[in-house]
Amino acid sequence: MRLLKLVPDDTNIRFLRWRVPFYVFSMLVIAASLALVAVKGLNLGVDFVGGQQIQVTFTESAEAPVAELRENVSALGYGEPVIQRFGEENQVTIRFRLPDEVASDAEAADAMTTAVTNSITDNFADARIDDLTAVSGKVSGELFTTAMYALIFAMIAIAIYIWIRFEWQFGVGALFALFHDVSLTLGMFALFQLEFDLKIIAAILTIIGYSLNDTIVVYDRIRENLKKYRKMQIVELLDLSVNETLARTVMTSLTILIVLIALLFLGPASLFGFTAAITLGIFVGTYSSVYMAAPILVWLGVTPDSFVPSEKDEKLAENES
Amino acid sequence: MLDFPTWKKIWLWFITLIAVAAAIPSLSSISGAGWPSFLPDPEVNLGLDLAGGSHILLEADPAQVERQRLEGMEEAVRTSLSRAEPRIQIGDISSNNGRVSFLLEDPSQVDRAREELLPLVNGTGLVREWDLQVVDGSRIVLTPTSSGLDQAVSNAMDSATEVVRKRIDALGTREPTIIREGDTRIVVQVPGLDDPEALKALLGQTAELEFKLVDVTALPSDVEQGIAAPGSEIVPYAPDSDFAGMSIAVKRLGGIRGDTLTNAQQSFSAQNNEPIVNITFDQEGGRRFADLTTNNVGRPFAIILDGQVLSAPNINEPILGGSAQISGSFTVESANQLAIALRSGALPVDLTVIQQGTVGPELGADSIRKGMLALMVGAVAVLVLMVVTYGRFGFYANAALIINVLMLLGIMAIANTTLTLPGIAGFVLTIGAAVDANVLINERIREERKRGRRVFAAVENGYREASRAIFDANITNVIAAVLLFMFGSGPVRGFAVVLMIGIATSVFTAVTMTRLWVSGWLRKARPQDITI
Repeated sequence: MRLLKLVPDDTNIRFLRWRVPFYVFSMLVIAASLALVAVKGLNLGVDFVGGQQIQVTFTESAEAPVAELRENVSALGYGEPVIQRFGEENQVTIRFRLPDEVASDAEAADAMTTAVTNSITDNFADARIDDLTAVSGKVSGELFTTAMYALIFAMIAIAIYIWIRFEWQFGVGALFALFHDVSLTLGMFALFQLEFDLKIIAAILTIIGYSLNDTIVVYDRIRENLKKYRKMQIVELLDLSVNETLARTVMTSLTILIVLIALLFLGPASLFGFTAAITLGIFVGTYSSVYMAAPILVWLGVTPDSFVPSEKDEKLAENES
Repeated sequence: MLDFPTWKKIWLWFITLIAVAAAIPSLSSISGAGWPSFLPDPEVNLGLDLAGGSHILLEADPAQVERQRLEGMEEAVRTSLSRAEPRIQIGDISSNNGRVSFLLEDPSQVDRAREELLPLVNGTGLVREWDLQVVDGSRIVLTPTSSGLDQAVSNAMDSATEVVRKRIDALGTREPTIIREGDTRIVVQVPGLDDPEALKALLGQTAELEFKLVDVTALPSDVEQGIAAPGSEIVPYAPDSDFAGMSIAVKRLGGIRGDTLTNAQQSFSAQNNEPIVNITFDQEGGRRFADLTTNNVGRPFAIILDGQVLSAPNINEPILGGSAQISGSFTVESANQLAIALRSGALPVDLTVIQQGTVGPELGADSIRKGMLALMVGAVAVLVLMVVTYGRFGFYANAALIINVLMLLGIMAIANTTLTLPGIAGFVLTIGAAVDANVLINERIREERKRGRRVFAAVENGYREASRAIFDANITNVIAAVLLFMFGSGPVRGFAVVLMIGIATSVFTAVTMTRLWVSGWLRKARPQDITI
């Protein structure tokens, strides 16, 4: 039986030949993403700004009465709600931000929720409330800061780990690749104004995890080759390492994309934003391990001599096996 | 790398079988099949986002505990010094600015006063609760210590949690979870409850019931301006009572508190059929209530709930039976809620709802169905791809993958964790990690074969070289998962838990178990060439 080979044997693509234009391009994309976040801002969900979100299904209607609904809940005096179709034609989400003047009042979000749900169930007989989240200003602030801490600490801890296991240049490279991935993901959320909530933080950490996985596989091969081919030019050596791991990169990305795409099209609507973020992250993360994480080693001056295999390293490798 | 002593083989299969067996009850309940009740039943709990239900996050204000504690101390100082033999005269007592301060009429009594106050200051626990200072030789200042205050807040939260539990149990919902979170918060989760308004109304009232005599000598004009005669206080009527907006003067002392109740039931008034609450006092409370009503026939007394007057009826005759009725413009529902609240006791501190969420049961069921379908489709596609790409080795990888999912489910069941929607995403990620581990190993074996290594050496090298990258990659994922768990909340934590368990099971199955199978096959078949 002949087995499938997604990548032919002994590829010799000179990935790093265009490293400067690719780097300039990546830098521009990062700058554009950060600018988008600064200018358009993130569409923060109620988890992070306080307020409430209700998901309603109109069980007897083919289509949700969005206009009447808007009129009804706007009349309550909590400002303009964001009303969006969600999943089926007869399903909507209604989102209210907590007005600034009551953001610090712990009871305000609760009172608002009661008023809005009562108004909906009183005015629409077939309205069924499927999902309701109300967060007071106090909690939302905490959620946002703790989420940011989680992101920053995770990135720093991971960089330190790679520094210990490899060399400092690798730690910087990995951190840089992560910065690229996170910036681009945030940029996408700003561009399409997708809702950015607690689940998305989990998605970003998943992307970080995946991208690192990829970066480490490439770095591991670079470490191995640096010890093996001590006379080889660094650029040539990096190209060799990327090529040697190419089959694995393609296969792994493909399998995880299969699962993600199934989840994207067949999975529940409430996971859509989450899955979309990770799917994009797979592409971004794979790209960054080749074009962000590897070239930086050239510029940071990694040479075969800077990576003398020490006894400690040998022992570690033995312990794992 | 490929040597497995017998004891190791037995041990590996033992762990695998235990974990897989633990997954069976969860699988049978997800698929709707029954599970014999005599067998142990470890099951993965479904989070509220999957099963439907409500969660509420309540917060107490520690400043309120501090205030109550100061007022309590002021009262205790008065009582203990006036009961001292001989009596210690004090004046100018106040409990403002976070401390209790008073003057001794006779400065020579300082040491005696200090001695009398010692039990109050030291408290009953291990920590000293108050600092006692003597200022200018005649003024005593009591300041709460921070450890004493922390203790008091913690105690108040403990009993508040207990009261919340009693009240929710009285609603008769299934398996509520009530946990203290942090220093001042309580999380309530009630699966299956899709209208939390009743629950919130129930937890929103402190339910401190008092009976106090009305101060009939107070001038209506004084009451209106909020001026109370010494020994009296002004209390407003409840907003839904017959005299909403008005206030009344009541005597501070000589009343009865609701903590002497043994029972409270919603009922209907015999006169006008309105909903009322019947209360029953314990022996001590019944005796005091009888005394109060016997001595004050013809005078009005006020029924006060949470600092608001419900009604102020006249005492027509002594009430001796140890029970009484509370009326006050109730609906059946609100009377029932008050009865539950009174039965479960007063909350030691007010609780505010600062976060809430509800997921309807239909949405939860829909999420599970669609999530499962997507996972099935994705998984089948991955399994096919693996066999097509790696042949026999792909088949081993698939077996490992299936066992991985079962083990993950089984360990989650044993550890009694909760599966949430982001948890399903965590599932996907660990499946990805498991597949990646096998891809790394198999690609490496291909490479080693290409370099001309013999079968046995190629497989051995493949596992050894790939393990290094797998190890590093999974450690970084563990770092991310731990930080998520530490800093995340709610749904994010559910994701982190699955990720942590999943990394362990996927490395175990994808690296160790496949190696066991591959080595078994190599030893038995001794192939000269392999298709990979």
